[in-house]
Amino acid sequence: MKLSTQRRRTLALIAVILPLLALFVYVALRSGPLAPVAVTVAEVESRSIEPALFGIGTVEARYTYRIGPTVAGRVKALYVDVGDVVRAGQVLGEMDPVDLDARIRAQEAALKAARAAVKQAEAKAVYARSQARRYEKLLGMRSVSEEIVAAKRQELAVAEAALTAARDEVSRIQADIEALIAQRGYLKLVSPVAGLVVARDANPGTAVMAGQAVVEVIDPATLWVDARFDQISAQGLAADLSARVRLRSRHDRRFAGRVLRVEPLADAVTQEMLAKIVFEQVPRPMPPLGELAEVTVSLPPLPARPVIPNAAIREVDGWRGVWVLTDDGLRFVRVEIGRSDLEGRVQVLDGLEAGQRIVLYSERPLNAHSRIHVVERIPGVKS
Amino acid sequence: MISLAGRDILHTWGKFVFTGIGLGLLIGVTLTMAGVYRGMVADGKALLDNSGADLWVVQRDTLGPYAESSSVYDDLWRGIRAMPGVAAASNVTYLTMQVRHGRRDVRALVVGIMAGSPGDPGWPPHLVAGRQITRGHYEAVADIATGFRLGDVLRIRRNQYRVVGLTRRMVSSSGDPMVFIPLKDAQEAQFLKDNDAILMQRRRTKANPAFNRPNVPGLLEAVLASQTTNNYVNAILVRIQPGHAPEAVAEPIRRWKRLTVYDREGMEKILIGKLIATSAKQIGMFLVILAVVSAAIVAFIIYTLTMDKIREIAVLKLIGTRNRTIAAMIMQQALVLGAIGFVVGKIAATFAAPHFPKYVLLMPADSVAGFFAVMFICVIASLVAIRLALKVDPAEAIGG
Repeated sequence: MKLSTQRRRTLALIAVILPLLALFVYVALRSGPLAPVAVTVAEVESRSIEPALFGIGTVEARYTYRIGPTVAGRVKALYVDVGDVVRAGQVLGEMDPVDLDARIRAQEAALKAARAAVKQAEAKAVYARSQARRYEKLLGMRSVSEEIVAAKRQELAVAEAALTAARDEVSRIQADIEALIAQRGYLKLVSPVAGLVVARDANPGTAVMAGQAVVEVIDPATLWVDARFDQISAQGLAADLSARVRLRSRHDRRFAGRVLRVEPLADAVTQEMLAKIVFEQVPRPMPPLGELAEVTVSLPPLPARPVIPNAAIREVDGWRGVWVLTDDGLRFVRVEIGRSDLEGRVQVLDGLEAGQRIVLYSERPLNAHSRIHVVERIPGVKS
Repeated sequence: MISLAGRDILHTWGKFVFTGIGLGLLIGVTLTMAGVYRGMVADGKALLDNSGADLWVVQRDTLGPYAESSSVYDDLWRGIRAMPGVAAASNVTYLTMQVRHGRRDVRALVVGIMAGSPGDPGWPPHLVAGRQITRGHYEAVADIATGFRLGDVLRIRRNQYRVVGLTRRMVSSSGDPMVFIPLKDAQEAQFLKDNDAILMQRRRTKANPAFNRPNVPGLLEAVLASQTTNNYVNAILVRIQPGHAPEAVAEPIRRWKRLTVYDREGMEKILIGKLIATSAKQIGMFLVILAVVSAAIVAFIIYTLTMDKIREIAVLKLIGTRNRTIAAMIMQQALVLGAIGFVVGKIAATFAAPHFPKYVLLMPADSVAGFFAVMFICVIASLVAIRLALKVDPAEAIGG
């Protein structure tokens, strides 16, 4: 009886101690640096990828018409406001003529005076011509001295010059009047195109300088996106490629577009290439100018090559490569990578062949001696 | 010969095992505390490993970018890339902030990485799900500790970012998980404030007569535009070509570019020696106190266990058992108690470690050292009990 109590106690003790020891061994081997690294495996596929470029831009008008007076003056009236649709040739506003009319009247009076001066010069010239002719005849009859005839000829020349001067003065004043009238015409602010008023920078009563814009008009049919692409990922950007544009305010929709041109000047500071993207059909309602737009430009598909996910690429000792699963463990293979698409697929130019099994995700950084444990999903990743 | 210790343990095995488990939990706490300290150091090293850099180029005379703020112009990397021995140079920005996702926000270190390809300095070195960033804007790779999932939309300052990849163990030196976003977005995030702040700044600039001159149209617009650009980054990560000594590459940068350069060793000194020095000392202090308390409790338990069977020991002495045998019994019991405690402690610490909010690193070397420390403490503690047992008068066995 005593022995059996003893045995029962021994068994109970073993029943407690054994699981503890088993757990301890498990814990020592399965956690910490001794534990195998969970990895997931992907196969190198040979397939074609469709690279795409991603850029950011703002919606801009292709042409902006900044309409303002040609001389300094004061705004008299404006007939349009921001958001109004205008026709080509429509009068948008007027500048105050101030003293322009008075100056025209003054010039008209001056014109009359000049015409009178012409008449006076004509009379003088007619008289001088007849005098000169008479004295020429008298000289023929030897009844006047040659000196007097020379004086009369000189008087005639002076009178004719005075007439020419008076006539020119008339044309000058006429031209002045025409200029003032033309200027009076430019006091009207006229839209050169059919479009939309986007800004009204001055209001009636404001004095503006020559060349300063009073009203800005754009043509809403010619909106484009001024897009910027990082140079490092802009390989293949060219005109006429199709693009999809996503506006920040309508980010659930994508608008079709195409690359109109790639600017010959790049931005040296931000290391970006600039391109203009036009809409196939301008979105309705019209997006405001300056709205942020995301542009995805699709490039033609590339021929099939070995392709790997970009998450498989590692950097070891300054070399870029991937961990390849071999029969006896892991081997780091240097690769040369080529083009990639926006879904993270990368072409391998050299180093891998289709069908090889490579490490895609790993729980920890790997080395050649790592023990690995292939899983479907890395522990802790929620779907 | 029968084992006295074994027989005695069997006699009161339940009490013995439960005492061992209790002791084990205490040892578990001590091991975890050591793990917390190792975790802090590991976080600092992980930050350096994950950056993939051999040299850190920062603003002159700063301890940046992790321990102090540092800012350098974002076009300096080109000059550094052309220096001899440099294999790659990348701009990087670091900004600790709250990252919002829905109604929740997570404290994270937002890292701006330069456009390029995976494997470049600054890029996350390995992923556990998803893919690396492919678009130049509005994509993010987040550490799994943030709790974000693939496809989540995060809000960082003004913009929304889609989580396209997840990493693991990408943390700042203070253990905050990292969120990687493209550099241009990160520069904007560091600089561009919320709408109200921008409006107020515009209003202030407008009120300044130096910038708002009626006779210079366009000046105000130009000034406002210049206020919304940021051409600074926090550091330049440099990878050196194989075969070049870090110091030989760093020296010309220091001399000719007039910037401060740290190599791996210098950075570790800053992170571990300066950034976490106080917290590490704090944890170290705790560790010492816990070790002392554990030792005291072990001594106390063994003392009590011996006291409980003082009568039996007196009987043993009465029947002429040698002192050595009695001493061996007590010491064996103490060692077995220590061993059970250590096993339970190690198991408890291992299972508890993943549930800590910050990284707890249990190193095998620490465990081995811990085992010997526990055994040593048990031996010392049993000496007190042995002394008591040997002094006992055999007469007590029959006396009252």
